[in-house]
Amino acid sequence: MGGVILLIILGVVVLYGISAYNGLVSLKNQTLNAFKQIDVQLKRRHDLIPNLVNAVKGAMDFEKSTLEAVIQARNQAVSAGANAGPDAMKQVGAAENQLTAALSRFNVVVEQYPQLKATGNVSQLQEELTSTENRISFARQGYNDTATQYNTKQQQFPTNMFAGIAKASPAELWEITDEGERAVPQVDLSMKPRA
Amino acid sequence: MTDDTGLNLFQQQEANRRRTIWLVIAFVLFFAWLGFGGDFAYWLATSDAAPETYHHTFPWFGLVMTAIGAGIARYGFVTGPNKVLWSTGAVKLEDPQTDKERQLVNVVEEMAIAAGIPRPDIWIVPDSDPNAFATGLDQGHSHIAVTQGLLDICSRDELQAVVAHELGHVKNLDVRLMTTLAALVGAVALMHDGVGRLLSSGGRLGGGSRGGKGKGGGIVVIVVLVLWVISWILAPIIAQFLAMAVSRKREYLADAMGAQFTRNPMALATALTKIESADAPTTSIKRGAAHLCIADPLGRRANLREGGLSDLFATHPPMAARIARLKGMAYQRLKAEGQFPAA
Repeated sequence: MGGVILLIILGVVVLYGISAYNGLVSLKNQTLNAFKQIDVQLKRRHDLIPNLVNAVKGAMDFEKSTLEAVIQARNQAVSAGANAGPDAMKQVGAAENQLTAALSRFNVVVEQYPQLKATGNVSQLQEELTSTENRISFARQGYNDTATQYNTKQQQFPTNMFAGIAKASPAELWEITDEGERAVPQVDLSMKPRA
Repeated sequence: MTDDTGLNLFQQQEANRRRTIWLVIAFVLFFAWLGFGGDFAYWLATSDAAPETYHHTFPWFGLVMTAIGAGIARYGFVTGPNKVLWSTGAVKLEDPQTDKERQLVNVVEEMAIAAGIPRPDIWIVPDSDPNAFATGLDQGHSHIAVTQGLLDICSRDELQAVVAHELGHVKNLDVRLMTTLAALVGAVALMHDGVGRLLSSGGRLGGGSRGGKGKGGGIVVIVVLVLWVISWILAPIIAQFLAMAVSRKREYLADAMGAQFTRNPMALATALTKIESADAPTTSIKRGAAHLCIADPLGRRANLREGGLSDLFATHPPMAARIARLKGMAYQRLKAEGQFPAA
């Protein structure tokens, strides 16, 4: 009788081990997939920018510098992404951050010229741009959510006992590398002329 | 009813998942009792009988009931999504023309990325009342439909929040859960009548066997049988009540999932306020799809206040409670970011 009970307990433990192992493997792959998704969305942004620039080039002669900044940042991001090794992540991140900054400056400029927004498909492109920026940040957020789930599973008892067998290791979260982005923007509403 | 407004969005998700599990366990136990309770009583009644008479050892009644329930559920699975979409007159959005339609496509794709699921098919329901619903059997084959009215009144952020709520349903496999529960409720109602006939014959057999050995066994048989009969009389109501309780928990959960995808609970709160103030029933969405919508399309009064008997049969929790919880999430979020002093 004792043997039977022991066997049942052993069976339950083995079954649990299998499900814990499979759960960890599936989370690991989800995390990898979520990380790739960020790349996919960055690529999408690179492809979109030439169209955007072509659409507004004629109408925006007076804001050439803004447009050029966007193009330059885009090309830098593309080349940083092209020869990215495992340790080039920082460079890619910095280039993409610059592109984000250039694009948001561009958006501010477009908002200043209502006639530009009204011409042709600029508003459509603006929607595309908003969506692309959203996709990138949602892809990062999705990666962080999945990675957090994965890390938590690895650390929690009793799944943590199977983390080694499933070759699970903590995934790094995506963080803001640029200190400037973290700073809270200062908004001055006092309407006083700046000294 | 516990107050969840003090929890952040992940804690709310956790709490709602836990409650759903208990409700589903209660549902399964109740269903098993309906099916196998009669077999149990019959077995008790015939166990003391003479060796040559019938002994009820094989629970055929429970098994037949399970098979019928599974059959109806399966049928609901396969035909459900198309039937729902067809009945609302939804039009598939394949080639977006207006700015709003393009925005909808973009927003759905963004939210699919945030949720980590494949992009669902997008449908537009030609109805001026703002509402939205999701359907589909699994994450790979899902559909999301919004009414024209919703497109017209919502800002980009609000549209995003509504879509996020619907994708929350998809991600949680709520459509599958609710279809199963609805099928089981249907099976219960269907067999409600047939059981009445069976009970009379079961009672006769039980009476016949009482001439056997112990009197104690006879009392147990009667108690089990009476409880079982009462369960069957109340079965349609109890099954419906359990299914609706699950539905309400899933609404709260989808709200919290939506808040996770957008990280902007206030957008959903304002969208719900707009949908609420439109205050007209969504005529093109029928009762069968009500539990899939973001707001009860029938505009039933039961959804307006919490508590009371009417609350037991609502598919959705009261709007005010949902908005309060979303505001709670927004507050917790600001507090975590240090923009609010700790309360």
